[in-house]
Amino acid sequence: MSRMRMMPAINSALIEEMDRDKKVILYGEDAGISLLGQTTGLQERFGKDRVRDTPICENIMTGMAVGAAAAGYRPICHLLYGNFIYTGFDSIANQAAKLKYMTGGQITLPIVYMAVIGGGRSAAAQHSDTPYPALMNLGGIKVVVPSSARSAKGLLKAAIRDDNPVFYLTAGSSGKPEEVPDDDFILPIGKAEILREGNDITIVAIGPMVLKAVEASLALEKIGIHAEVIDLLSLLPIDEETIINSVKKTGRLVIVDEARDVCSAASHIAAIAADKAFNSLKSPVKRVTVDNLAIPYSPILEDQVIPNVENIVNTVRELI
Amino acid sequence: MNVNKHNTLDNLSDEKLVELYKKMLLIRKCEEHLSSATKEGAFPGAVHLYIGQEAIAVSMCDHLTEDDWISSTHRGHGHFIAKGGDVNTMMAEIYGKATGICNGKGGSMHVADFKKGIMGANGVVGGGMGLAIGAALAASMDKKNKVSVVFFGDGAANQGVLMEAMNISSLWKLPLIFVCENNQYSEFTHTSEVTSGKIVDRAKPFGIPTLEVDGNNFIEMWQASAQAVLRARNNQGPTFIEAHTYRQRGHVEFEYSFLSRTYRDQDEVNKWLANDKDPLLRFEQYLFDNSIIDNQKTEALNNEIDSVVKESVSFAVNSPLPDLSSAFNNMIA
Repeated sequence: MSRMRMMPAINSALIEEMDRDKKVILYGEDAGISLLGQTTGLQERFGKDRVRDTPICENIMTGMAVGAAAAGYRPICHLLYGNFIYTGFDSIANQAAKLKYMTGGQITLPIVYMAVIGGGRSAAAQHSDTPYPALMNLGGIKVVVPSSARSAKGLLKAAIRDDNPVFYLTAGSSGKPEEVPDDDFILPIGKAEILREGNDITIVAIGPMVLKAVEASLALEKIGIHAEVIDLLSLLPIDEETIINSVKKTGRLVIVDEARDVCSAASHIAAIAADKAFNSLKSPVKRVTVDNLAIPYSPILEDQVIPNVENIVNTVRELI
Repeated sequence: MNVNKHNTLDNLSDEKLVELYKKMLLIRKCEEHLSSATKEGAFPGAVHLYIGQEAIAVSMCDHLTEDDWISSTHRGHGHFIAKGGDVNTMMAEIYGKATGICNGKGGSMHVADFKKGIMGANGVVGGGMGLAIGAALAASMDKKNKVSVVFFGDGAANQGVLMEAMNISSLWKLPLIFVCENNQYSEFTHTSEVTSGKIVDRAKPFGIPTLEVDGNNFIEMWQASAQAVLRARNNQGPTFIEAHTYRQRGHVEFEYSFLSRTYRDQDEVNKWLANDKDPLLRFEQYLFDNSIIDNQKTEALNNEIDSVVKESVSFAVNSPLPDLSSAFNNMIA
């Protein structure tokens, strides 16, 4: 075990996987200097052939990942901010998500697209989006959203070894230090984790919202409400079983998600609960999400639109 | 860069030249079948035909092996056949059958055979650009002198992704060949109405050597291809070829079933069907002039190719439809 924050954990996963498999290559804007720390030191260690600084050209970046994967490599395409997924979206939606299917399964496409998501840094509307709802509707790809240093490492190693395009989306800040396994630590894609057990209500949280959900559950405990907190970790495939089992136990569900609410992961989870745990529900399913807004710049405004601990606590109290 | 005229076809045997002619003829006849079959409603989707552009795919692919990569366009049957794709499975794919090269999941716009380096036709204009760059990156890292070719049209030349592709391929000296087939029409609009400047000039600021050729002249196109592929194999980076040609058929077959008016004069089309313009007829004349074929041989070759096409159609028609459950597989590995 080593005590580390999220960015160093991502860095250690990249080093371990690139050491293990020479077909793993990484490229992105500023991959060498590493803006946020995920790729620090990789170019020095693995050379400029395997770790490349690209021009700022997301459409080619996302598309060449498909070509390189079809030709036998395991590319990691580092897109920096989640909003830049939009500029590279053609090749993501039309090639990465569909090429295997439309060619009758002739190929596998082991690609990792990584980016940071969410607000809280006064980075404003074009650097703070949480774009996974659009990705979840493409088919043909997986989406994982680690919430901590430990899950960041375990899920990245799994994503690199997966034979499908995997979107690997984390918060932009490094979070709290925690114990991260040193050995070959893999978290299976598609499996949620129950962080706190409780019988009164289920709180499903995604990525950067997980810590807030845990804090909310601690506050709720002081007033006698025992919430079960699920860290979803993977959006596609989604761990329906863990969600449904918990809802059947607690009878209540709140989903906390930093994406905009319409057609979101949160609304999808609500639909799953309505479909598969309807008879267990004692109250409406509630979503704590972002309104149909862009993320504002000024901290006071940003705090206003992004879900916080108080929103979660209040939503739970409305139900119980 | 100029086309090296000294690099003639003289070093190709008569048999080889006949093989190349047969390949052009095969593409032509497959496409002619698909044209008439469209009108009969013999298969479910629409087709974009390569008729009039055969010299480009066949001459370029003559310099490639199965280890090299191509990415193609919505007008992709010619590239598929030229690169060695199997005609039976292509035909079955277009007919939506289980035996199709993509098991009936891709159709005309997505015929692909990765085992033969065919990354597929593409329904997105410019969509093959990223695929070809990725394959070129893989080729450059493999260090086995493989090359990657992106076929695209004048329409795709107006997509921003071309600039991204030219910049990164030149920067990284990728073994890539840009083949812009300027067939003068971007869907239903003459390219001059939607394009500024000369397309080939767009590569020059990136330091990419350019070749501008008559794409309906097989020999000139073959020579240009030889030069470009040699540069790529020698790690000298990308080359940009603009091959001038003409789309003899519509953007899509049977288009006047939905278009409200014509968009070009039949006189213009007829001019390009003539002996001195059509690439197949011109190459045929070259073979005649050099006494490589005669009337009798031509007739025999035509009969031979007719039977190949007929067999492919029979294979397609008689193949089973896809198993219904197959609609639900191949999405995730």
